[in-house]
Amino acid sequence: MSAVSASAPPRQWRDGELAILLLLPIALINAIGFILPVLNLARYSFNRSRIGGGIETVFTWENWAGLLSDRFYLELVFNSVWISLAITLTTLIASYPIALYLHRASGAWRTFLTVLVISPLLTSAVVRTYGWIAILIDDGPVVSAIKAVGLPAPSLMFNIKGVFIGLTEILMPYMILALMAGFGRLDPRVEEAARTLGATPARTFTKVILPLTLPGIALGCLLCFVLAVSSFITPKLMGGGRVFLLATEIYDQAIVTLNWPLASTLSMLVLIVFGAALWAYSVVLRRLD
Amino acid sequence: MEIHKTSWPMRILVFVLFIYLLAPVILVFPLSFSGDQVLRFPPTFWSTRWYSALFANNQMLKAFWTSLSLAAIVTVLSIVIAVPAAWVMTRLRFAGRDLLFNLFTAPLLLPTIVLGLAILIVFASFGLLATMQGLVFAHLVVTLPYALRVLAVSLSTQDKACEEAARTLGAKPLTVFFRITVPMLVPGIVAAAALCFLVSFDEVVITLFLTGPRISTLPVELYNYVYNQADPLVAAASALLILLTLGVIMIVERAMGLGKAFVK
Repeated sequence: MSAVSASAPPRQWRDGELAILLLLPIALINAIGFILPVLNLARYSFNRSRIGGGIETVFTWENWAGLLSDRFYLELVFNSVWISLAITLTTLIASYPIALYLHRASGAWRTFLTVLVISPLLTSAVVRTYGWIAILIDDGPVVSAIKAVGLPAPSLMFNIKGVFIGLTEILMPYMILALMAGFGRLDPRVEEAARTLGATPARTFTKVILPLTLPGIALGCLLCFVLAVSSFITPKLMGGGRVFLLATEIYDQAIVTLNWPLASTLSMLVLIVFGAALWAYSVVLRRLD
Repeated sequence: MEIHKTSWPMRILVFVLFIYLLAPVILVFPLSFSGDQVLRFPPTFWSTRWYSALFANNQMLKAFWTSLSLAAIVTVLSIVIAVPAAWVMTRLRFAGRDLLFNLFTAPLLLPTIVLGLAILIVFASFGLLATMQGLVFAHLVVTLPYALRVLAVSLSTQDKACEEAARTLGAKPLTVFFRITVPMLVPGIVAAAALCFLVSFDEVVITLFLTGPRISTLPVELYNYVYNQADPLVAAASALLILLTLGVIMIVERAMGLGKAFVK
């Protein structure tokens, strides 16, 4: 033993103490930047907004009752949900072939295609929405091509059609990655067995491939639905102020009208829709097992 | 394996879908060299006027530097905070560990529009709106979950034999951490840092709630610009942004392979 140990022995940290010390910064940021704001948001949905932007701290069900009795907001919620469901379905249809192809590909080709799928994900939603505006704008390439064929020119911008086309593309990478993560159970030998035993490609798909990939489909749909309901940039920029969805209304109420209690109530409504989606997902998963 | 050859109709379908997926990203490159006054594709003639216009736009330049310094600060802080946290999560055993991990990654589950509003209301009373400190704090809420998750995966797949050997040979815990654990974690740190940088640099929804005329980030400025007018200026900015993203992706690819960083 050296002379050092003659003085007080070095303090031994116990695991619990060390954990608290090292987790303190992340816990503080989580508490102040996440838990407190969310609880406060829930509380705000019971406050009263004064005309001119002031807020009265009271406990009232006015916002909730107002939302549930106002035709505009009921339609807003209904529209947001069904548009998001429809976008989720088209995203699934557009993503499934790519995911299946990637699942079967191998080596450098697979890596290259995976990078292509991921790269839009790392590109700002503003940039991608702008790209869609350039493509779908009146006299843009798509409208010109349709006119050149001799069909009547459709209006694809500043309405729900453009939002639909753009959002589908923006959500595709999420769907493809979720599908691929769930395709692990799809063993090529099972497909081969079905084909050697005489099943047609269509039958192999409906009886073998599709059932085995259902968990991936469920996960991808949950993810895309949740992202579609809360999407804001694309509907705002491509809707041209004519497409009203839950997320755009939250922003308008918070920033333009400065009615924070109403914006909070709408946010809580989004979280309730999220809860419903999660519940539906868990039911589907239980059925599949 | 004759059966497994992908049929031609399937290949064509996949090709068309890939074009759909990549069209808006690819399109901004030719569009950025447009000579037209308005948004038109294909452009009637080519020029670099929109790049000149972009570099003469002080508001955009200022927003770019704000975004760059914001993303740099957020990235460094995320790593410094998340590395010890990830170490605790993977090396120590204590009650409620899984619960804490879920809590720390929970901000990712919340839609950004809701989180943005929630932070706006709280920050308004703290006087943090339209300040750099406020933006750094708000971005950390979103980047830390990514950093924690990537670093925890890296640490849990790391071979513990080296750490144990160093400890048996008498190295102090701090020495083991800085001489063994951290150097072995470098690929994970690079991946986490790149992810944090991109998330912070691209973040727009939460930031939109917290910026104002005094301070603004590049994505928010681009959003405001597109909201008010659509001309090829944004295409020039977008093309540069995509090249920057590609640069960051290549750094990650060099460090650990993109597939591993994002898919697994």
